[in-house]
Amino acid sequence: MLEIVREYWPMLLVGQYPNGPLGGLALTLIVAVLGLAFSLPLSLLIALARVSPVKWLSFVTAQFVRVIRGIPLLMLIFWAYFVVPKLIGSSVSGFTTLVCALVVYQAAYLAEVIRAGIEAIPSGQIEASRSMGSSYMLTMRKVILPQALLNVLPSMTNQFVSTIKETSLGYVISVNELTFSANQVNNLVLTQPLQVFGVLAVVYFIVCFSLSRSLRWLDMRIRRSRAMA
Amino acid sequence: MIKMEKVSKWFGQHQVLNDIDLSLNKGEVVVICGPSGSGKSTLIRTINRLESIQGGRIEVDGEDVYAGHMNVNSLRQKIGFVFQQFNLFPHMTVLDNVMFGLVNIQKRSKKESMERARSLLDRVGLLEKINAYPGALSGGQQQRVAIARALAQQPPVMLFDEPTSALDPEMVGEVLQVMKELAKEGMTMVCVTHEMGFAREVADRVVFMDAGQIQEIADPETFFTSPQHPRAQRFLSDVHIR
Ligand SMILES: Nc1ncnc2c1ncn2[C@@H]1O[C@H](COP(=O)(O)OP(=O)(O)O)[C@@H](O)[C@H]1O
Ligand SMILES: [Mg+2]
Repeated sequence: MLEIVREYWPMLLVGQYPNGPLGGLALTLIVAVLGLAFSLPLSLLIALARVSPVKWLSFVTAQFVRVIRGIPLLMLIFWAYFVVPKLIGSSVSGFTTLVCALVVYQAAYLAEVIRAGIEAIPSGQIEASRSMGSSYMLTMRKVILPQALLNVLPSMTNQFVSTIKETSLGYVISVNELTFSANQVNNLVLTQPLQVFGVLAVVYFIVCFSLSRSLRWLDMRIRRSRAMA
Repeated sequence: MIKMEKVSKWFGQHQVLNDIDLSLNKGEVVVICGPSGSGKSTLIRTINRLESIQGGRIEVDGEDVYAGHMNVNSLRQKIGFVFQQFNLFPHMTVLDNVMFGLVNIQKRSKKESMERARSLLDRVGLLEKINAYPGALSGGQQQRVAIARALAQQPPVMLFDEPTSALDPEMVGEVLQVMKELAKEGMTMVCVTHEMGFAREVADRVVFMDAGQIQEIADPETFFTSPQHPRAQRFLSDVHIR
């Protein structure tokens, strides 16, 4: 395995770059980070709409979440790959397709996580804020969300980790992310698929594990500093 | 300062408040007591619209609380509310808890808010805890912070819903002390509490509630020594035994 790493690490790390397009782990991370960066605010908006007293808003978003959660991500990616270009009338790169599908998919899941966090805040917190004269939005922004988001950080971490893993589905629409690169390496090596994909697994594991560990550390640190742990 | 006229409230089919009439002048302190489930919490929660009413009328500081044009958020800034469970914001320091309304609701400057928050925390004896989080405080300390927070926006009226019921016995005194000082400074207060000593020392009147109705209103001395209503007599003997 080490030989594979030694020989092919540039390809696993950055794909064809600088002689070709950026790929490999670098692209995986870029897709994941973009996916998170867009899905997080989107999921927050969906969660707010879900708990909003405006009936139609919460109904519409509930249906959206239900539909997205009811279909496989792979299907969503295919769908985006073939339908989106038809809809907007021009072709879209695999990269964009993948990021969009991930954002929509993750936003639906994250929104549920955040909604659960919001609904779990004790009503006394809301009453304390409202009884001082806070508006609904002020209470949401300063009292509920800061607590809810911290409380669901472990579940959000799970979603972040699964986003990273799900970038590998980009393979099916030829986005040259890490899995795609590993497959290219495998085609070059030919005789050692077990080792090549072993390396691939290890790399995914290291990335996911470091992310979940750092978020857990952050969570503990905040809780300790607030005398909550 | 507070005027309730024929206030009625239902939870579904269940009538929880039945023709409540109660008035407080500025600077008066009224203690409400009565058995659990008699509607005490519901009563004081209708005063700042944490609960709605289905009948009657409530005025605070000359304004109809349930008037259509009434802005509930500006009404509530004039009514401090202290909860049984303190309900401090656990993600904010003591100082930020007390500054919350000043900074976020009244949009005062950080500096001014901080000064007022500090002087309030000094008043409740917690100046050394300003940078602590609620999770690091005892129940009594948390409740004193909660009182400081409720006072921050300088409401002319304060409502207390069993402020010492969730406290260990040794912490009841420190909270009552703060409340007594407040009463003696002339704050208009409605306190749901079973603390007889507090009622005797600072209450102008004691209201006894049962089954959603005010059964008896009397000055504390009369109420505790010779309650008129049989249920009040029974209630008092129960409380004393405990
Ligand atoms: N949100 C609610 N929904 C339905 N019933 C309630 C609600 N809150 C209180 N009640 C009922 O109203 C009555 C009065 O409650 P409460 O005002 O809390 O009494 P107290 O504070 O005197 O113990 C009780 O019978 C209680 O069960
Ligand atoms: Mg009560």
